Amino acid sequence: MDITFIIAAFIAVLATLRVITCYHIMHALLYLVVSLLAVAVVLFTYGAPFMAVLEIIIYAGAIMVLIIFFVMMLNLGLETAENEKAWLRPRIWIVPGVFCFVLLAELLYLILQNKQPAAGIQIVPPKQVGMALFGPYLIAVELTGILLMAGIVGAYHLGRQHKKTLHRFLENNLDT
Amino acid sequence: MFSLLRSMWLVFLHMFHKRDTYQYPEHKAPLPARWRGRIALTRDPDGEERCVGCYLCAAACPVDCISLQATEDEHGRRYPEFFRINFSRCIFCGFCEEACPTYAIQLLPDFEMSEYNRQNLVYEKHDLLIPSQGKYPGYNYYRVAGLAIKDKDKGEAEQEEPPVDIKSLLP
Amino acid sequence: MINAWWIIGGVLFALLNTAAGLIWLERRMLALWQDRYGPNRAGPFGLFIVLADTLKLFFKEDWIPPFADKVVFVFAPAVVVASVLMSFVIIPFAPGIVVADMNIGVLFFLAMSSLGVYSIVLGGWASNNKYSLLGAMRGASQMISYEVFMGLSLMGVVVLSDSFNLQKIVEAQRTVWFVVPQLLGFLIFMVAGIAETHRLPFDIPEAESELVAGYHAEYSGMKFGMFFIGEYLGITLISAMVVTLYFGGWLGPTFLPPIIWFVIKTFLFISLFILLRASMPRPRYDQLMEYGWKVLFPLSLLNLLVTAAIKLWLISE
Repeated sequence: MDITFIIAAFIAVLATLRVITCYHIMHALLYLVVSLLAVAVVLFTYGAPFMAVLEIIIYAGAIMVLIIFFVMMLNLGLETAENEKAWLRPRIWIVPGVFCFVLLAELLYLILQNKQPAAGIQIVPPKQVGMALFGPYLIAVELTGILLMAGIVGAYHLGRQHKKTLHRFLENNLDT
Repeated sequence: MFSLLRSMWLVFLHMFHKRDTYQYPEHKAPLPARWRGRIALTRDPDGEERCVGCYLCAAACPVDCISLQATEDEHGRRYPEFFRINFSRCIFCGFCEEACPTYAIQLLPDFEMSEYNRQNLVYEKHDLLIPSQGKYPGYNYYRVAGLAIKDKDKGEAEQEEPPVDIKSLLP
Repeated sequence: MINAWWIIGGVLFALLNTAAGLIWLERRMLALWQDRYGPNRAGPFGLFIVLADTLKLFFKEDWIPPFADKVVFVFAPAVVVASVLMSFVIIPFAPGIVVADMNIGVLFFLAMSSLGVYSIVLGGWASNNKYSLLGAMRGASQMISYEVFMGLSLMGVVVLSDSFNLQKIVEAQRTVWFVVPQLLGFLIFMVAGIAETHRLPFDIPEAESELVAGYHAEYSGMKFGMFFIGEYLGITLISAMVVTLYFGGWLGPTFLPPIIWFVIKTFLFISLFILLRASMPRPRYDQLMEYGWKVLFPLSLLNLLVTAAIKLWLISE
């Protein structure tokens, strides 16, 4: 086992724990970023540098920034925290909690099945990733492309601005 | 797009222009003679103080930086007992110069008054008085005003007739 | 191993000194283009202004506002310097003088520059100040959008040189610099690079005439200094990347050693950045975003498409 892997994995687990337990949502998101970075290091040590970098660019660099961007504007204070505490009754969290425990048990079972450490780390260069994506997995790439296209068209439709013929001040006057 | 490149090129050409800066302590900018800088108290041609302690400058001062106390000598000639200008307040507006009826207070083209200690910017009368007549040479308030002072009685001033003796019947 | 440590230390030393020196260089160059002298008193050509500025920053009161989120407030300035310094890891200064010779070099650069957004967002948010928050919002959207075009414009170079590795990219430019076949890509990369470092035509996150100082309005002392250094390091980084990707990196006539060529080219581009600052007005925020998504984005896609098509055609010939 590589010492880098152990440190990175430890950081990832700790940071993820803090994401769940952290009271302040902004701090929780920051811990999530740290966790993603640590996972990227894990991927790097196990021979998937392309994957690791994509994880940083897309998850840590774009998606998390957007989430933080929205949280930043919500102005969540103590009041909302109190509200959430009131909502969080056992009736609500018990079913998802049970499901989570089932998942955890499954994960532990799978981890315990395969005890020998990963041997013979093989570094996957970006070229090989590209070959795989546009070779055997072409249909998946195309489907993702269609999905993203639909997303872009939807976003354009939602964000489209109708051309105003009237000045906005005059518009208000017409209403009253 | 082209205009952006053009503006970049024009700014680049400024590299070869002459610089507009005066390297201040070595090269001083030429100041006009009527530049409003440090305030001074001038003297009349006889070497006496021109200030008559009328308080008009202190009243005109928008920042209240002038304070003085008028007094009289034994011959009835008024002069300031103390005259104090706080230059850390002064804004060099020149109102005091305009208000002064005797041309005593004048602004000089000197502005280099930096001090490490703020208190050093409070100028007393002996700091302000200069042995010069400033911008109005030859002007002497008491020589044109009908006031009796030492060595000059009423009616002895320039362009002045002796006072009419109202108790006499002679024309 | 010892050699690697020497390279790391040397690069770090050179970079931090360059960033500090840029304080002086920028002020002198701006003064030159505005018919002034700039700092010329302290030391020869006013060079010691760097020392004076640094000392001043160190001795200023390091104030954390009571309404700020303290941990994040302290953390944010460190991110900017760290992320930019990490990006320098992959830049080949000369054959063999590179900290990490990775086969995903270009992607690593993009990843690190995407992490740079955090300093702005967190700094602005933690300051708990309206102007800072506005600056952070602008900064976040600007940097995320322009990163897209930056990545896309780079891909043309990657297609031409068959590699993400910057050393191989430089080697591939032996015959002709990539600025010739990739002129469009170079221009887009340049614009995106300015937006990414939020330098002056595109400095809307800190637009001092609208937002006081934007995301670092509440910062003082060395924390502000970190943002400052981060900005200058960012300029150096983008200049170095432009040189490596489009202007042949260390390549040049042999009468000068390769590293000197690299430094000369990089400083030319830094001067170009300063010239841009001296000559350009700041666009409005929505103009910037519109320009990015409606002009640069299609152009960079087109550039990539055409480059790939020509490359395929050349291979099949």
